Amino acid sequence: MSSLRAALVIARRDYVATVWSRAFILFLVGPLIPIVFGLTFGSVGAKMQGTAPPVIAIVASPAEGQAVMAARERLTDALGEGALPEFKLIRPDVNGTALLAEGKAAAVLSGLPGTPTLRGSRDAISAHGPEMEWIVNEIQRDASLKQAGIALTAVKLNQIAVADAARPAESDRATLARAAQLLLLFLTMILAGMLLSNMLEEKSSKVIEILAAAVPVDAIFMGKLIAMLGMSLTGITVWSAAAGGAIAIFLPGLAMQITAPAVGWPIFVALCVVYFMASYLLLGALFLGIGAQAGTVREVQTLSMPLTFGQLIVFGFASVAAEQPNSPTALAASIFPWSSPFAMIARSVLKAELWPHLLAIAWQFLAVTAIIRVGARLFRRSVLKSGGGGFWRRLIGRSSRAA
Amino acid sequence: MTQEFAIEANGLVKHFDGVRAVDGVNLAVPAGTIYGVLGPNGAGKTTSLRMLLGIIDPDSGDRRLLGNPSPLKVAAQVGYLPEERGLYPTMQAREAIAFMGALRGLSLAEGRARADRLLEEHGLGDAARRPIRTLSKGMAQTVQILGTIVHNPKLIVLDEPFSGLDAINQGRLEALIRAQVAAGATILFSTHVIAHAERLCERIAIIVGGRVQFEGSVVDARGRLRPVVTLVTRADEGPWRDALPADASRDDRTWTFELPPTGIEPLLARLIAGEAGIETLSIERPGLHEAFVDIVGGSVADSMDRAGEER
Repeated sequence: MSSLRAALVIARRDYVATVWSRAFILFLVGPLIPIVFGLTFGSVGAKMQGTAPPVIAIVASPAEGQAVMAARERLTDALGEGALPEFKLIRPDVNGTALLAEGKAAAVLSGLPGTPTLRGSRDAISAHGPEMEWIVNEIQRDASLKQAGIALTAVKLNQIAVADAARPAESDRATLARAAQLLLLFLTMILAGMLLSNMLEEKSSKVIEILAAAVPVDAIFMGKLIAMLGMSLTGITVWSAAAGGAIAIFLPGLAMQITAPAVGWPIFVALCVVYFMASYLLLGALFLGIGAQAGTVREVQTLSMPLTFGQLIVFGFASVAAEQPNSPTALAASIFPWSSPFAMIARSVLKAELWPHLLAIAWQFLAVTAIIRVGARLFRRSVLKSGGGGFWRRLIGRSSRAA
Repeated sequence: MTQEFAIEANGLVKHFDGVRAVDGVNLAVPAGTIYGVLGPNGAGKTTSLRMLLGIIDPDSGDRRLLGNPSPLKVAAQVGYLPEERGLYPTMQAREAIAFMGALRGLSLAEGRARADRLLEEHGLGDAARRPIRTLSKGMAQTVQILGTIVHNPKLIVLDEPFSGLDAINQGRLEALIRAQVAAGATILFSTHVIAHAERLCERIAIIVGGRVQFEGSVVDARGRLRPVVTLVTRADEGPWRDALPADASRDDRTWTFELPPTGIEPLLARLIAGEAGIETLSIERPGLHEAFVDIVGGSVADSMDRAGEER
């Protein structure tokens, strides 16, 4: 049986065992919870705001009332819906102050047209005073123009888009490059970390010897990586669909506002997927190899902190590529396997050439193979022996009783 | 495969942390036989089996499994039951067997079909779709054994297969081993329970301290010791006493001694002539246990007996 087929047999078992578990539902739903909460509370907040808009009572004759509403309509056209409070016209014989006392109005405007007066709480005056002053001035301007017999006609504004000097495309792309790197780091960190403890199941259930007697250890490692990558891609597909749906509903114009990456959106999205896979496999192979040497959960936990720290250092190294894509540091970050996906995804945003990506992808997958080989060799050497404790425990010289 | 041997090992050596765990092991397992590897705990049996199967590589020496120097290349024709049993606890019994078959090259569909048939044949048909964690230890062990043979291997390697089984299941396993050999398979198993090896094996290797102390047939092992004569006489004393060896042990009128190199006939003639009044006389070939004690020494044999009782 070929190593690939053996790897797929193991990958299938691991994938099915992971995806058909209750824990996987939590895994899928977990990252969606903050989004759902945000949308729910945002919606409730908007509703609360919508149900209680501020109301200004305006004491005016029918003719004055018409003038007030005409002025309000013009200003709303200019400022946008919701910029002004609601107006409630009341006849001059109605006691406007009583509405204030009853809480039916935030403020009362009276004395039109000669001595306009706004009554209300200090907060209401502070919030609505300037707006009502606009309205009153607008009414007065209308009345003056009418008296002078002048009729204004609307002027059409010619709108011509030119390059935005304040926000050049390079600056936008650098931001996008950093965002892509961060997303890649975030996904790799939260998803690849699971591989650190991935061999513990086989070791604790003693299945490892059955696997190792039947297929090469390289195939075991590869199978586990493929399974966990498949599980991660399943999760990312679900989360992306949810995020895409939420953006389409709540932020429909967002995609149009983002500057396109240098390689174009379709290739960029494809590269994001490939570089995520490469980054996941590179880090996952390392985690799997190191974690496979661990004998206990405690050892795995002890190892996770320095590894995460190392990951952040590598990310810092790669982030230079987003700042100075042509620098020697960026080139080194593109070559060093673990920083290469981060550096190259930034490059895809900033530079249009595609051949460096083909080279980098081939190099990254070659590195994955090499890491798996080294990890498998160490595993066979140090773990599969009678009566042996965990490699890390032996390394730091602790007795099995102490552990 | 070399015509006669399913397994050949020459000078296998393995060190762990500076300790020579296996020290030049030589084995030759004839095809179509049951071969036992005997030795106390820590003797190097499991490490030797792991090297033979390619789970770990020897530091020096070479091995051929079914004629191939790369054991994993013939893994599809080999079944292996490790000493430390292992199954995924959440897997169904039939899936576990099919998975073990798939690791050895069977398709999952074929593996499931064979798993259903094997489970039915071994009285576990009702447990086919139960997760392993819900099975008793004996049932889980049977599932693992069935997973070891699901792909009809030519060579089956069993590391301490009887450990943890009750007497009934031990008998079933012995029957299964004999059935596999009758179907043409070769069996190599390790044990420290000599009775199993004596009942099943044609040839054995005794490993102590990482070295093979004896390698040959069970008959040869037992043949290392002279047969034992047990004589019961009616007379207490008489001239017939001179016919008995000087180191014969006595318990009342019962005498026990090794059969003299000259055979039983001259002895019998002298006993009759000396009027010993022979009540009973028996000649017994010593068992494998006695041969084992003779080969490895009493202290090692005692430690094995204790370990066997603890299990």
